[in-house]
Amino acid sequence: MAAPATSRPKSSLMAQTALVKRRNASEARFKAYGIAAIVLSLATLTFMLFTIFRDGISAFYQTKLTFPLELTADILDPDGNRNRAEMTKVTTLGYNKVLAASLKAELAKDGIAVDGQSEKEVSDMISKNAAGSLRAMVLANPELVGTTIDAQVLATGRIDGFLKGRVTMETAQRDSNVSVEQLQLAEKLRDAGILQVVFNWDFITKPDASDQRPEAAGLGVAIIGSAYMMLLVLITCVPVGVAASIYLEEFAPKNVWTDAIEVNISNLAAVPSIVFGILGLAIFINFAGLPNSSSIVGALVLSLMTLPTIIIATRSSIKAVPPSIRDAALGIGASKMQTVFHHVLPLAMPGILTGTILGLASALGETAPLLLIGMVAFVGNYPGAPISGLMDPATALPVQVYGWAQRADPAFIERSSGAIIILLIFLVVMNVLAILLRRRFERRW
Amino acid sequence: MSVLFILTVVAVLAVAAFVLCRQRVMASVQGDPKRLHSLPRYYGWHGAIMVVLPATAVLLLWLMIQPFVLERQVAANFPPEMVADDTSLTLIMSDVRRVAGGLDVAVARGAMTAEEASMIRTEFTDVRNRLASVGVALGSNVTAPVLAAAQDYRQIVAWGALGRTILTIVVAVAGLIYSIMVTEKDFRARNRVEQVLLGVLMAASSIAILTTVGIVLSMLSETFEFFQQYPFKDFFFSLTWSPNFRGGSELGLWPLVWGTMYISLISMLVAVPIGLFAAIYLAEYASKPVRAWVKPLIEVIAGIPTVVFGLFALVTVGPLLRDYFAIPLGLGNSGSSVMTAGLVIGILNIPFISSLSDDIINSVPQSMRDGSLGLGATKSETIRQVILPAALPGIVGACLMAASRAIGETMIVVMGAGAAAKLSLNPFEAMTTMTVKIVGQLTGDTDFNSPETLVAFALGMTLFVITLALNIVALLIVRKYREQYD
Repeated sequence: MAAPATSRPKSSLMAQTALVKRRNASEARFKAYGIAAIVLSLATLTFMLFTIFRDGISAFYQTKLTFPLELTADILDPDGNRNRAEMTKVTTLGYNKVLAASLKAELAKDGIAVDGQSEKEVSDMISKNAAGSLRAMVLANPELVGTTIDAQVLATGRIDGFLKGRVTMETAQRDSNVSVEQLQLAEKLRDAGILQVVFNWDFITKPDASDQRPEAAGLGVAIIGSAYMMLLVLITCVPVGVAASIYLEEFAPKNVWTDAIEVNISNLAAVPSIVFGILGLAIFINFAGLPNSSSIVGALVLSLMTLPTIIIATRSSIKAVPPSIRDAALGIGASKMQTVFHHVLPLAMPGILTGTILGLASALGETAPLLLIGMVAFVGNYPGAPISGLMDPATALPVQVYGWAQRADPAFIERSSGAIIILLIFLVVMNVLAILLRRRFERRW
Repeated sequence: MSVLFILTVVAVLAVAAFVLCRQRVMASVQGDPKRLHSLPRYYGWHGAIMVVLPATAVLLLWLMIQPFVLERQVAANFPPEMVADDTSLTLIMSDVRRVAGGLDVAVARGAMTAEEASMIRTEFTDVRNRLASVGVALGSNVTAPVLAAAQDYRQIVAWGALGRTILTIVVAVAGLIYSIMVTEKDFRARNRVEQVLLGVLMAASSIAILTTVGIVLSMLSETFEFFQQYPFKDFFFSLTWSPNFRGGSELGLWPLVWGTMYISLISMLVAVPIGLFAAIYLAEYASKPVRAWVKPLIEVIAGIPTVVFGLFALVTVGPLLRDYFAIPLGLGNSGSSVMTAGLVIGILNIPFISSLSDDIINSVPQSMRDGSLGLGATKSETIRQVILPAALPGIVGACLMAASRAIGETMIVVMGAGAAAKLSLNPFEAMTTMTVKIVGQLTGDTDFNSPETLVAFALGMTLFVITLALNIVALLIVRKYREQYD
């Protein structure tokens, strides 16, 4: 080995050679890739949340027309005896007339010009939903007929979009649902204080509305449906999951059967959610004959999906209880069962609780299996109170997001994003609760 | 006698058994619990269990068997050729059930006496109108055999209700008497109770197995049904997918498999590099506070429901890609595309890959790092040449799991990928996946006897098999890798 050591130029540790420079540069690059990856993923997350909030926050505000509404007795109660049964004969068409007349009167009073505009165009600014809800209000209280009330009625989706900046004069020219004149009138009405944007409680409480009435669509049924399902998942999943974990962790002998169960649980956690939907459709609906799109079927499907999550969380928190606790209990004469139920389980409870909340949170956001069991159908009525209400058709928050996103009117994108905001609020609350519980009760042995 | 009534009676008996057994055993030792084998409450629990368990078992068995007996008895009213095949039997049964339900309502409203309801004949009364008068609408006129069958049906249901009530309560009382008889101070009540409890725990843990069996069985039976109506070979070897609910569909699997694989490939191209680099940075470079903040933040992505990503794909990513890439490049003008869905699924999978890889990189022994650094390697050289090769099997496992998630992902592709089944290489074109078609074929009004609906089960089965295989391989790899360093 003739090492040409002498021919090598003298170098110092202080001065970097080309090779060291290259290696250091590659080191810096490598580190930068890591930072870039993190920044990229967090930036995408931020961007996604930003677009959702940008589109969705306006769903919590709604444009309403405020004007004195004269409930003309001639139209609403032609017989003049305030008899509810006879007044039901007056359809929403009659109420539409009343609304249009009052709005026109208000315009005339304020001296807002209606030039170049048909009366129909003016009355078309009122939501198709207004007549229906006014009719319900009057029929509930027939004494209102003949009086003048301060009405606050929904404006149509397009006018609402104009005040929120979604609809502009340019888009209106291409839009058959709204005219430029209507928008000009809307501007005047806004300046006169008749057209106002107010906080929209109805979005959270009212049921869904049909395709033509995005302004009236609400999340009430979806929130109730989701709440029912979460409650049922909690009731069915936690006892079964905890019992299964106790058996597997504390009692199961090591044999083929328990091995099969273990492999099964980890595989079930990885089965695509839509497969659970197929299972629900085939077994709970077609075989067991439970009603389509009911909360109970949704809850059963979600329970089967959540079970592996809860079992995995429970097992790890049972495993974390040190054996000395068990030995002590057994040593003073407790049976195996007493040891588990009196000592191990209470100590594992915080972990089980945290795992349960996280499992529920993921069940709350699940959509695909619920589509297959028919929860995407339009549901206009609130489901009844439990237990029979669990059989009523309902929908769920994430499914409502999907349902609205599929509709043609762009106003539903705002609703869809708004529904996501509500969904995310629930998820954040659940996750924060889980973190707080973990912080509060976590024990290091 | 409703089921609820029976359950209430059983519950009352159970409470009685608890109290009686406890009292009896305490009396047998003159109130000195030290002389008992078990704690007094175990005797009580034993009594309650002896009442509840056999009684509910009998009740459940009865409820499960009754419909079959009922169907057979009612079907005897019809000539055999009318109830030969399943569909006509189901139709007739639903007719019978509706008429019987109508008669029940009529009796409940007082429009008919109970006697009349079981005696009326179609020859003398217009049953349809009489039922309509109490608000029960029947689609067609009631024929004599249907009415007779409905009356039979009511009779059997009434007998059944009486029978199950008597049987259940007799069994419950027998349990009560038995438990009181065996209760004495040396009786091993605790052991009995714990045995029952153990049985309950075992049953709970086998629900996981039952779910898998349920999934496989439900899909297998419908898949067989599908292949009876549609040739096996066309499903697996045809390159066209064009379902047509009027018949003459072509239901070839390959366009859907291609779309699924293409989208998964793009998603993996996004998720693997980003996820892996993020994991490397977090595991090897990041300081403790940075790690404590960034790791949970990245995992927030995993906590967001997929429908949110779906809306993001539909409203933001799709139009963005269309306006800035597809149209300028002349690659089409579709908002929903393979690229859209692939990118968004990739983002969804980043935290999955990064946290799995993070765990795996952290489990590479410190001695290997120290050895490499001691030889003068830089940190990145250590990572590339020592840590990653050592962690490779685990990372491959993580990638396989992520791939299986991408393949089974539904909402993002439903909202972002489109519905056109085609075989194309252009990533800016709308294509479709197996999951999209499962949703498409099974939502809305569906007829469960046509191949167009049943194909969804065959697709589901294919999806299940693919993802299961991927997961099992991944699990084996990861498990083997863990053993290497344990």
